[in-house]
Amino acid sequence: MNKKNKLILEVKGLKTHFTTKRGVSKAVDGIDFTLHKGETLGIVGESGCGKSMTSLSILRLIPSPPGKIAGGSVLFKGKDLVTMTEDEMRKIRGNEISMIFQEPMTSLNPVIPVGEQIAEALRLHQKMGKKAAWEKSVEMLKLVGIPSPEKRAKQEPFQLSGGMRQRVMIAMALACTPEVLIADEPTTALDVTIQAQILELIKELQTKIGMGVIMITHDLGVVAETCDKVAVMYAGNIVEHASTEQLFANPKHPYTQGLLNSLPKIHEDQDELITIDGSVPSPYNMPAGCRFASRCPYREDICITHQPNLINQSDGVKVRCWKYTDEWTGNRDKEGVI
Amino acid sequence: METAEKKIILQVDHLKQYFPVKKDSFFKPKAYVKAVDDISFELYEGETLSIVGESGCGKSTTGRAILRLDEPTDGKVHYMGQDILGLNKKEMRKLRGDLQVIFQDPFASLNPRQTVKQILNEAMAIQEVVDKPKRKDRMLELLGYVGLSAESLDRYPHEFSGGQRQRIGIARALAVDPKLIICDEAVSALDVSIQAQILNLLKNLQKQFKLTFLFISHDLSVVRHISDRVMVMYLGKVVEIAEKKELFDSPLHPYTQALLSSIPVPDPTLKRDRVILKGDVPSPIDPPRGCRFHTRCPFAVEKCKQEEPPLRELVKNHFVSCHIAEDLPV
Repeated sequence: MNKKNKLILEVKGLKTHFTTKRGVSKAVDGIDFTLHKGETLGIVGESGCGKSMTSLSILRLIPSPPGKIAGGSVLFKGKDLVTMTEDEMRKIRGNEISMIFQEPMTSLNPVIPVGEQIAEALRLHQKMGKKAAWEKSVEMLKLVGIPSPEKRAKQEPFQLSGGMRQRVMIAMALACTPEVLIADEPTTALDVTIQAQILELIKELQTKIGMGVIMITHDLGVVAETCDKVAVMYAGNIVEHASTEQLFANPKHPYTQGLLNSLPKIHEDQDELITIDGSVPSPYNMPAGCRFASRCPYREDICITHQPNLINQSDGVKVRCWKYTDEWTGNRDKEGVI
Repeated sequence: METAEKKIILQVDHLKQYFPVKKDSFFKPKAYVKAVDDISFELYEGETLSIVGESGCGKSTTGRAILRLDEPTDGKVHYMGQDILGLNKKEMRKLRGDLQVIFQDPFASLNPRQTVKQILNEAMAIQEVVDKPKRKDRMLELLGYVGLSAESLDRYPHEFSGGQRQRIGIARALAVDPKLIICDEAVSALDVSIQAQILNLLKNLQKQFKLTFLFISHDLSVVRHISDRVMVMYLGKVVEIAEKKELFDSPLHPYTQALLSSIPVPDPTLKRDRVILKGDVPSPIDPPRGCRFHTRCPFAVEKCKQEEPPLRELVKNHFVSCHIAEDLPV
């Protein structure tokens, strides 16, 4: 739906590897996606699939060593973030690309008043004066719906509730009107009623500022309600990329299907949940073929020996699965796939 | 469900759990966090009753108070007619064979220096449920129930994944032939595909061993899946209690309505009128007078600020504590 909008972020073949005593862990292993102005991209997957590492890689916040961006590029308005100097990068972080994290308490400075922390970003990036920055920071707190912002700005993080801290994080991230906001599990630590408030707030501010949002989450409910398109990650790869409507109406990859099936449904009764057998392969020892093969109900010989590519389908969905290719023997025998 | 003769296995009356907070000054009266403030409910044999609510509503505290992991401030808890709070330490330990608990974080609740064998053995030895020579067979049987292989016996908790660790926690609870298991956020730390495995396992074990579950969770989709009845708590009080279907289809309390409408649903085609609550949960040290929810309730009237609403049976088996539940827009 945002096709006409400007392309702001393009990730191509991004690889992030960690070298440890046990070997090389390929946390992110060649992923591609794009983000347009005003668009929300969801990245979903379970623990260890590489979704958080993807977001940290974009901002070059990977702890190094042991981590390293081993390949690929991240084009932000045409410039490659991967090859930028640290100085150039610092001008982008928190200014043009901002990030909010899951646990606000660990990402805010515990001994500095929150207003001060927001003002710091403004003084640094926007070269604002002390007074102007403070006023702007109070204004930001008001924008994110914190009651009596003048008073709250002078308080330290521990004096605020979890929901309010997350609002402060959002205020800080948006203070410099970024073009891209990366939200890494922004509501996972919050209660549902507060989660609803925060998601609504992000959506509202997005329309106001027109930024692109990357929403990283494990919660498919959050994806359905906030995202325009979704990338499903599994073991460091994107296995399916589709619009939100397509993904939920017609999931193609067996992993996506399994993920959706294993959710308990709030509006219907089921006797037994459908599960995905087995568990994720170790990142140190990835199988040669499809990484989902050992858990896949449709597995064939080729799945074990060769890794499939992320292939475009006629409806615009991209899926990394042999089942949607001519190599799949099931396709030759009978018509249609499940 | 409702026609069958229901036997009460656990009866909780006016349970209160207050925790003292640090005094600021000698002259100020001592302040208390009223984590659980006068709640009553019963649990029927073989059913799953879920307690839902947001952080700090007192759901976990309730579970812990029933097991006397924290000594309750006031109230009565009867298990099969026996007053639990009157038992001495030895009697209580014996009773813990019937009442087991599964915690959220299996890594924190399993001893990292014990093998699975030692973990299971210890539970059986303390409760004296199985004679020593038969224990090995019993252990293998238990591992079979929870879907772990026999080789697991000699391994340590850190060698297992999160879902497998939760299976060990379940095996340990089952080792002593319990009747009632309190599951305190038992699947909250798990990924959805693993969560589904554990939920199925719990349901099957319940059928197999006629277990009663008190299922504490903040995740309403999970609660919807596993429960027979649901109890909603807010700031230490029960606000609504009803059979699952009844509660999810026609919630009566404004808080339950808001809670249900806040859940993100994995279906982008669904358009809903969402009730978004304003503000945060007030502090349990100094909860609001009258109805505790009135500070966030979109329908609050003057009476709500003054009088505490009693828990009333508005529809059969559907209790709600709200002054104006009848007059709310559906």
